[in-house]
Amino acid sequence: MFQRLSEAGPPTLPLTIDGNAALARPGDSVAATLIGAGHADCRTTPVSGSARGPYCLMGICFDCLVEIDGRPNQQGCMIEVQAGMQIVRQEGSRPVDVEATR
Amino acid sequence: MSAVDALKPSYELAVIGAGPAGMAAAVAAAQRGVATILFDEQASPGGQIYRGVTTTPLRRRELLGDDYWHGQGLVDALLGCAADYAPRSIVWAVTRIGDGFELAVSRDGVAHLVRVAHLIVATGAQERPFPIPGWTLPGVMTVGAAQILLKTAGLVPGDGTVVAGSGPLLSLVLAQFAAAGVSVDAVLDTTPRDRRWRAAWRDVIGFATSPYLAKGVALLRRARAAGRVVRGVESLEAIGDHRIERVRYRAGGQTIELACTSLLLHQGVVPNINFANAIGCEQRWDEVQACFVPVVDAWGASSVPGVTLAGDGAGIAGARAAEAHGRIAALNAACAIGRIDPAQRDAAGAAAQADRARWLRGRRFLDVMYRPAPQYRIPVGDTVVCRCEEVTARQVLESVRLGCTGPNQMKSFLRCGMGPCQGRFCGLTVSELIAKERGSTPAEIGHYRLRFPIKPITLGELASLPQTEASEQAVVRLPK
Repeated sequence: MFQRLSEAGPPTLPLTIDGNAALARPGDSVAATLIGAGHADCRTTPVSGSARGPYCLMGICFDCLVEIDGRPNQQGCMIEVQAGMQIVRQEGSRPVDVEATR
Repeated sequence: MSAVDALKPSYELAVIGAGPAGMAAAVAAAQRGVATILFDEQASPGGQIYRGVTTTPLRRRELLGDDYWHGQGLVDALLGCAADYAPRSIVWAVTRIGDGFELAVSRDGVAHLVRVAHLIVATGAQERPFPIPGWTLPGVMTVGAAQILLKTAGLVPGDGTVVAGSGPLLSLVLAQFAAAGVSVDAVLDTTPRDRRWRAAWRDVIGFATSPYLAKGVALLRRARAAGRVVRGVESLEAIGDHRIERVRYRAGGQTIELACTSLLLHQGVVPNINFANAIGCEQRWDEVQACFVPVVDAWGASSVPGVTLAGDGAGIAGARAAEAHGRIAALNAACAIGRIDPAQRDAAGAAAQADRARWLRGRRFLDVMYRPAPQYRIPVGDTVVCRCEEVTARQVLESVRLGCTGPNQMKSFLRCGMGPCQGRFCGLTVSELIAKERGSTPAEIGHYRLRFPIKPITLGELASLPQTEASEQAVVRLPK
């Protein structure tokens, strides 16, 4: 578990994680927000369904994929939090929206 | 110049990556009057070594250390120079057009095409894969990831954190934890205790007369304050159901289990070669660093005309050597596009070459001393090799027994290396595994041939590319 140094300032930005209200520190990435909120995991894999969480935080491992504002497969470590953002844990592979492809 | 909103259709030079090498290269090229654009994936400049240097909430200088704050000067020079700087921009493809290149760049979900005459690739380093049992469990992260949390968000490990591995970065991060008043439950030191001093003695004098000796001694002393150190750790395993619960290790003839909620792994850094590999730059196996390294000449020129490589992406040498390398690469680029002649390049580059040589001194000693032990590079059994496609060491070895001769053929057997990370966390492991099984060497076996797009992009981004009449004709066959 990670904790915040006091000089980082308090989280003030309202958003939701899996539908639950939460506060994020402005400037943080989505992945840092999840870790700071005590979520080590953020998704299950498409291959075996095993749990995964952020691993490298520098944009190359693709283990921090989450759904952000309805868009799946977003790299949580590369995206800065915004007020009102809806962050949702991603289960398995991204569903294909058949209607959208017509 | 500060960050640009709109990209111009063409530049003389594009630099990829805003770490020390890329920033120094962009500044030096702009000073020579070269029309330059610097592309970087992150929202703010600095690369990973100076990550968040303009945004970090940790303003107490001693917390992250003077070496970190050196990056502020580089950023100031970048923002004050004439080069365009494009943050949040992923260059995902390079196509040869005549003597130059066309780059495909995505920014905020929209793709653009940019023409350049010359390319400096400064994609830096990544942490070496650390394929131990359980390394995919939530709660297991790299030490570099923990450092990014510290620098960018002021997040630090709490109770129940174990750190495991080896290398200078691990000591640096432990020293930073200690400065922040943070301690960890245990530090499991996997640095081999074999007789590598015998191999390293040739490099001792270089190290002793390098800037790294005094830094290293001070660092190791400060790092010790971060937690109890267990030396000579010979095996490591992360255990848990849906997240890490325990770490099991073997040291001093005993097997011990520690309960933990967080395991931070690190065993050195290796060049981030995906971009250079996909362009077709020749690379070689470095036996001491146990990784593939692009082949470059004294000016950073790669085997591909028009492509210069700079910094750790061209071979691990550290941030200060990378900065000098960036200045060297910029002169090479200015020479290649005809702004200066080779004699001017050589004269103007002498200072940067001397600076780089100074920061290279002593590196070989560090490489030898911190070369990770084979059991941490070459996994066995059901340990996951490819995190994306969840391919195990056993499966890779079975494919070799079925006749698979190398990493590229193995992709079609197993999809290993074909997930979103595109081999970044399995490439070295696969090459070493196959080499061992076939009684060969990684140099013979080779590395994945990587291809553009270098990172996953959406069909929407592809569709947003500007269409030419020829491309539309190719798809819809409009009557002429």
